[in-house]
Amino acid sequence: MLDTIILLITTILKIVAIVIPLLISVAYLTLAERKVIGSMQVRVGPNRVGWKGMGQPFADLFKLLTKEIIVPTNASRFLFLTAPILSLAPAFAAWAVVPFADGVVLADINAGLLYVLAMTSIGVYGVIIAGWASNSKYAFLGSMRSAAQIVAYEIAMGFSLIGVLMVAGSLNLGDIVRAQEGGFFSWFLIPLFPLAIVYFISGVAETNRAPFDVAEGESEIVAGYQVDYSGMAFAVFFLAEYANMIMISVLAVVMFLGGWLSPIPFIPDGIHWFFAKTALMLFFFLWFRATFPRYRYDQIMRLGWKVFIPVTIVWIAVVGVAIYFGIGPWFDIRTGVTG
Amino acid sequence: MSFELFLFYFFAAITVGAAACVISVRNPVHAAMFLVLTFFSTACIWMLLEAEFLAITLVLVYVGAVMVLFLFVVMMLDVNVEPLREGFVKYLPWGAAVGVLMFIEMAFLITQRYFQSENFPAPAASGPEYSNTEALGVLLYDQFLFQFEVAAVILLVAIVAAIALTMRRRPETKYQKPHQQIDVSKSDRLRVVQMPSEKR
Repeated sequence: MLDTIILLITTILKIVAIVIPLLISVAYLTLAERKVIGSMQVRVGPNRVGWKGMGQPFADLFKLLTKEIIVPTNASRFLFLTAPILSLAPAFAAWAVVPFADGVVLADINAGLLYVLAMTSIGVYGVIIAGWASNSKYAFLGSMRSAAQIVAYEIAMGFSLIGVLMVAGSLNLGDIVRAQEGGFFSWFLIPLFPLAIVYFISGVAETNRAPFDVAEGESEIVAGYQVDYSGMAFAVFFLAEYANMIMISVLAVVMFLGGWLSPIPFIPDGIHWFFAKTALMLFFFLWFRATFPRYRYDQIMRLGWKVFIPVTIVWIAVVGVAIYFGIGPWFDIRTGVTG
Repeated sequence: MSFELFLFYFFAAITVGAAACVISVRNPVHAAMFLVLTFFSTACIWMLLEAEFLAITLVLVYVGAVMVLFLFVVMMLDVNVEPLREGFVKYLPWGAAVGVLMFIEMAFLITQRYFQSENFPAPAASGPEYSNTEALGVLLYDQFLFQFEVAAVILLVAIVAAIALTMRRRPETKYQKPHQQIDVSKSDRLRVVQMPSEKR
């Protein structure tokens, strides 16, 4: 009994140790986004609150906290208020299986990759329910767009992950990283380059970020499913979106960029590599937003179904052939499976 | 009562309650959300059975994809509930008959000699090293490869049939042809005219 309680307390402490830094990362990611895009557009970005604008995220947070949450009269009240939580909870739950460094993971389960996929696929409910519960045409259109887009890109994403698990021979995220040991040239980025590209672009589409942000599309449908949300309810959506962005970056790092492993074999591995790589991937997110104009909706669908899915299927076949013939240094794996 | 048993009853209660709500709530979107909850808590029960691959797949496929599409359709319908209720009394005997029949069938199955739960003792819990996914993969791609491939072909045929049945080519719709768009050169679209500037 005492063991159970101790286990429970340590688990809760571990969860707190993941969630608090995650929240701080989200806060500073919003600042980084504004600063990066600002400098790309030759502006300064926020620089008033605190040293060089470092207090800006907290100023925003307190503003949103003190604002009133307005529930539209004809909204479905319960679902309207549940929707932000439905999008936040899966975004945070997926972090349970992320290996930050060798052995530093909350839940070292052997179906980790599947779990992450399942959790990210639940996140779409927040968007759909928000759009429906608001009882507004703009919100509804936004959620329709988003749902179709997420379902379409999830397939390409799942297929690109199949390539990863074929090469790694495991669904455990820690084992996937360990399979990439041996410097930059052992990372899965190189043998699975098309899948890595498809995965990351699908990830951008999945998180409804620019240039795939038609679900918000402020010039067409105001702000999509978020249009009726204010105050903290809006902030929770915001939080979920940025937590998902970090999650996609982390997964890209774990699966294609060797997680906590260092790019040069004789430099020691460590958690700092993990964070550095994640920061690089997050920079791509911001860079995309500053660079590309928004996709048109039918082009998004075409890209997802007619370009990405065939590319991934072809590359899975290529990987299969390469594994069959044991082409080194990536494909000469022998998993411990005995039939 | 062990902790697992407590968890089982907890999830089972949620499953049954949510399933009852699916058919009793009036709003179709609420019903769909209760169905999502039913699937999710069923996945939790499967997790207790150490069937983690099936449990996660249930969440991934049914909760993450099937129900999203379901909700997609249900949300767009503006169902008027009243006409649906008109035939309730008329169809009640038929519904009751089907229900009773199903109940009898299930009762037969469960109380039969060969299907009693004593004949199926719980398998010993396997250690943390045992990978459900791997075991399932070995079975599917090794022992039952032929059946698995047949199932895959049937599914493919179903996909092709579904698309063939529902696709309508409307001649008036303008489709984008990206390969033609890419092939366009400057000379197709633009003519540069050289001319001296004219006096007013």
